[in-house]
Amino acid sequence: MIGGLFIYNHKGEVLISRVYRDDIGRNAVDAFRVNVIHARQQVRSPVTNIARTSFFHVKRSNIWLAVVTKQNVNAAMVFEFLYKMCDVMASYFGKISEENIKNNFVLIYELLDEILDFGYPQNSETGSLKTFITQQGIKGQHQTKEEQSQITSQVTGQIGWRREGIKYRRNELFLDVLESVNLLMSPQGQVLSAHVSGRVVMKSYLSGMPECKFGMNDKIIIDKAGKGGVTNEAGKSTSGKQSIAIDDCTFNQCVRLSKFDSERSISFIPPDGEYELMRYRTTKDIILPFRVIPLVREVGRTKLEVKVVIKSNFKPSLLAQKIEVRIPTPLNTSGVQVICMKGKAKYKASENAIVWKIKRMAGMKESQISAEIELLPTNDKKKWARPPISMNFEVPFAPSGLKVRYLKVFESKLNYSDHDVIKWVRYIGRSGIYETRC
Amino acid sequence: MTDSKYFTTNKKGEIFELKAELNNEKKEKRKEAVKKVIAAMTVGKDVSSLFPDVVNCMQTDNLELKKLVYLYLMNYAKSQPDMAIMAVNSFVKDCEDPNPLIRALAVRTMGCIRVDKITEYLCEPLRKCLKDEDPYVRKTAAVCVAKLHDINAQMVEDQGFLDSLRDLIADSNPMVVANAVAALSEISESHPNSNLLDLNPQNINKLLTALNECTEWGQIFILDCLSNYNPKDEREAQSICERVTPRLSHANSAVVLSAVKVLMKFLELLPKESDYYNTLLKKLSPPLVTLLSGEPEVQYVALRNINLIVQKRPEILKQEIKVFFVKYNDPIYVKLEKLDIMIRLASQANIAQVLAELKEYATEVDVDFVRKAVRAIGRCAIKVEQSAERCVSTLLDLIQTKVNYVVQEAIVVIRDIFRKYPNKYESIIATLCENLDSLDEPDARAAMIWIVGEYAERIDNADELLESFLEGFHDESTQVQLTLLTAIVKLFLKKPSETQEETHTYTHTNISPSFDSDNPDLRDRGYIYWRLLSTDPVTAKEVVLSEKPLISEETDLIEPTLLDELICHIGSLASVYHKPPNAFVEGSHGIHRKHLPIQHGSIDTGESPVSAGPAAPIEQAQSVIPSQGDLLGDLLNLDLGPPVNVPQQSSMQMGAVDLLGGGLDSLVTVCMFIFLYLLSLFPQIWLPAVKAKGLEISGTFSRRQGQMYMDMTFTNKALQHMTDFAIQFNKNSFGVIPTTPLPIHTPLMPSQSIEVSLPLNTIGPVMKMDPLNNLQVAVKNNIDVFYFSGLIPLNIFFVEDGKMERQVFLATWKDIPNENELQYQIKECHLNADTVSGKLQNDNIYTIAKRNVEGQDMLYQSLKLTNGIWILAELRIQPGNPNYTVKHPRLSL
Repeated sequence: MIGGLFIYNHKGEVLISRVYRDDIGRNAVDAFRVNVIHARQQVRSPVTNIARTSFFHVKRSNIWLAVVTKQNVNAAMVFEFLYKMCDVMASYFGKISEENIKNNFVLIYELLDEILDFGYPQNSETGSLKTFITQQGIKGQHQTKEEQSQITSQVTGQIGWRREGIKYRRNELFLDVLESVNLLMSPQGQVLSAHVSGRVVMKSYLSGMPECKFGMNDKIIIDKAGKGGVTNEAGKSTSGKQSIAIDDCTFNQCVRLSKFDSERSISFIPPDGEYELMRYRTTKDIILPFRVIPLVREVGRTKLEVKVVIKSNFKPSLLAQKIEVRIPTPLNTSGVQVICMKGKAKYKASENAIVWKIKRMAGMKESQISAEIELLPTNDKKKWARPPISMNFEVPFAPSGLKVRYLKVFESKLNYSDHDVIKWVRYIGRSGIYETRC
Repeated sequence: MTDSKYFTTNKKGEIFELKAELNNEKKEKRKEAVKKVIAAMTVGKDVSSLFPDVVNCMQTDNLELKKLVYLYLMNYAKSQPDMAIMAVNSFVKDCEDPNPLIRALAVRTMGCIRVDKITEYLCEPLRKCLKDEDPYVRKTAAVCVAKLHDINAQMVEDQGFLDSLRDLIADSNPMVVANAVAALSEISESHPNSNLLDLNPQNINKLLTALNECTEWGQIFILDCLSNYNPKDEREAQSICERVTPRLSHANSAVVLSAVKVLMKFLELLPKESDYYNTLLKKLSPPLVTLLSGEPEVQYVALRNINLIVQKRPEILKQEIKVFFVKYNDPIYVKLEKLDIMIRLASQANIAQVLAELKEYATEVDVDFVRKAVRAIGRCAIKVEQSAERCVSTLLDLIQTKVNYVVQEAIVVIRDIFRKYPNKYESIIATLCENLDSLDEPDARAAMIWIVGEYAERIDNADELLESFLEGFHDESTQVQLTLLTAIVKLFLKKPSETQEETHTYTHTNISPSFDSDNPDLRDRGYIYWRLLSTDPVTAKEVVLSEKPLISEETDLIEPTLLDELICHIGSLASVYHKPPNAFVEGSHGIHRKHLPIQHGSIDTGESPVSAGPAAPIEQAQSVIPSQGDLLGDLLNLDLGPPVNVPQQSSMQMGAVDLLGGGLDSLVTVCMFIFLYLLSLFPQIWLPAVKAKGLEISGTFSRRQGQMYMDMTFTNKALQHMTDFAIQFNKNSFGVIPTTPLPIHTPLMPSQSIEVSLPLNTIGPVMKMDPLNNLQVAVKNNIDVFYFSGLIPLNIFFVEDGKMERQVFLATWKDIPNENELQYQIKECHLNADTVSGKLQNDNIYTIAKRNVEGQDMLYQSLKLTNGIWILAELRIQPGNPNYTVKHPRLSL
């Protein structure tokens, strides 16, 4: 299991050091600093073995978090734990920075004592941690016996993510379908790979212990309902809307997985506040919001001509926002002239790229940029690698075609029904890695 | 107010000042001081001298202060054991606190203080906490047992904490169950054979129930534990799989990987034809792909594991090659791993896409990545014959870029392509030769020289080219020197000079540099060539220009037994390093090797070499082994004076024998043991070279110092060297399995032979064989998998402690029912009782008693088999007619 956990600043100074196992000595702290943080070459693996001791690390801004062990631990668990640790810290004191860590070191030690015992991860849900690990630290004495046992039963219980007795005057639900669409396209316009990775993020402000059921236009369910040919309702829902094929999805721990496995229905008791309900991935019938058509011509050894056309491919009534096209330039670029029809374009020498920004663009439109790049003559025999042209944007629909069909709320003990809950749904499609080779 | 100020302290008199502050009357001041102490401790300053002052602050009702003091205690208690005792009272008191959080805190901290005296005081509070009404305290106490075990294992056993821990598996709270499982798994790792966890179907059911309810971490502990369970049949395996598959949709990648591990292991037990098997395979693919959309570190762990899964079961991901295409912004460690998997998945169906990608990668920036991409193109050419032409032209394009390291890497892979497809792509040699000057790496130079030598007859200026290398002969690396030497000889043999004299001068001037070398290999090779050429050029031609064996299609494959072991470690560090745990873990942990479960019942006829062998080859192999009778006859002709005679001549009276359960009258053979041990004296050829592409295996079984061995001689009668040996036994009557992998680590060169002694034990799965002592073996090397079978002489199963107490013997003998009795006679044996008894004793058959009845010697004998079965025998010796009566009880099975 995890033998110890260290947090370093960018210079390699230790900010937090907690050792759980006897086989980890103080020299482990230095070994990681010398061999990884101060290593002459860039680290080429997140797992390093130094003298039969294994180090796992992740970096957040310029802070290094390292787990050390001498045993054959579950490597995936260690990284998942480190991510979780970052989430917990972030929810307690915001950004993970040297200053924040130093300011909260007592709290961090307290958290580390609670969420790792003898190197075994324990309950790490911020919701329940915050009920008894507080920055004031004195809450312990003023709790009644009932409160205490409520805390412990929540920490160890089946529904560790939600406490009892939550009350809201207005029961409200916010549902965001956030998708990032990824594309790799050949210069000839052939799709090499494309997929959407989506997240359903929820903010729930509901009283009591509500039971929720979430439905979407998942092909498997809709086909099932259609095949059964059951009621008129099923007929209605399948006729108009199109269903989508979901390759795979993963759920927040509140979702009953066995129920999903058997009936493919998503039912859960939601955590309070904001959380990620599910993640999914689709690869079929993706709506690619933009098409990039590059044209690069080398004119002699000292000049390049670049022309890039972008075409928007969605309903004309919708507006894409925050559009940015990044055209890489060779390292030996000496000067650039750009002309674009829309938006603003600039050559950024420090980033070796021409950055073209457009604030808004409606569907079924087209725009283009052309640039002349002057090059310094070099002796470097190595050819320029021609990195792909990348794009960023935001569109108000889900490129995978996912639609929320329903979100039902049941709370039998309190007197509010599904109709009383105010629900908001929003779709946002963003660019993930959206690249066209040139 | 911020805490960062504690990190900045004035150096001088710091400790002194802190001491004063720690003894301050005001509570707030004391707390501030303890914080400063902890900050100093974190930075690595030694603040152990403040021990008594800090411990004084422990008696407080301020929880935050208490936690800080505990943190300090955990760090320094070991260096100040006497002082640490001061804290005991406070711990014991806290364990009685009405607040469960404080009880748990006390028991948690106490377990982290590794001082013997404190541990003694820990037992009572721990016992109470294990039965605490609050689950939070119980789950903490469960982990505390593991802590205590790490400090003092004996105490944990003596105090009965292991039983309490086992009881917690049935706890009503899922988190308590998960922690108990984690603690028990860790403890049982240090006692590999203790069966501490006692995984039986009831317990498994409890674990599966808890799996649905506990935290993500608890699910990981439970799944990792489940993967160590061996279901008794395929139905149980299937029902566990059904309950584990929903975990594949968990957001935590470690839960997913641990579930994959359980499924990959149990898949071994499911029949391949079944629908469920195929559904399960289909279900495995999407979650594995989803892991690749996680954070880069998890992607890395996932990719290392996918690399193993793809080798074990390529069908799972064969459709998914696109997801392994490299993204421009992937971290380098992800890129390199993806590339590896791409090559493994490359096939005729997707080769066009793969090649286009690889060509793209070859123009990237990172040198390692580019080299690997170029190498990958070469491997595609070798793997998919249809694509070879396209690969070669891609490589040529890359050579045209003149990027130094790309050119060199390309030349190395082109050499391999030439080896695979001789006489096909020589037209490109001219292009290669253009780049001669830019080659500065030994690998590339050697490859180029090899190509020139191999195709010397088609290169007009081959002699000039080689001469250019000769100039700096002594500065080259050995690899280049050796290749150069051979290339020169090849050139000479292919383009002989006109006259004898020229020959002489040519070879002498060119080979002679090697004569002065310090390297014996090089010098010897030089002399050998020189003598060969000067005495018999015709033979030289046969030797040097002999036909070369083709190179294999797949490279870099993990050796199958190791692969199987790694599959059992999916998700763990072992799977990331691709090394078994004992290669990087010290001490007792992880020494116990894991094996994939083996399917019961019918022999698996699948392509996987692990699951024993197809039946047909074994039958063939069997015919190779001389029938017992013949062999025995031969042996006896050698006049070794065995205590018994040839079986054909002995008249047998057989009772209804039920020896190993199920009418094993083949144990008729019964007491074949008496003479079968002779077999062990002479190695037999088990696997003749003609049946195994040049590999010959002969061997014997023996028992030395209480350990069974399979002594084998491997002889390579083929022209190519052999590597990657591995051995596997089919299930057999005695559960014989090798205890170590086959200890052949160096390649076996042509006409070389190697003797190995493989230690065996009998803890493997049992299946009745016919004849009983038949053992089916599969041996694998880089060329193929071969099957043979051999008869294990029964005497190697006779354990040393087979001497039964006289009284016990008497009692048992009487209890044997008559129908279990078997008698037969052995004629024409001319030995007296003492000689017989002495000979038998050598094989662990002990004489318990001897008496003389009516002129006949009666010997009473006992022996014990490794599987715990006792065999008792009465031997009546009459001159010319020893009458052998065998009785045996079944004691255990």
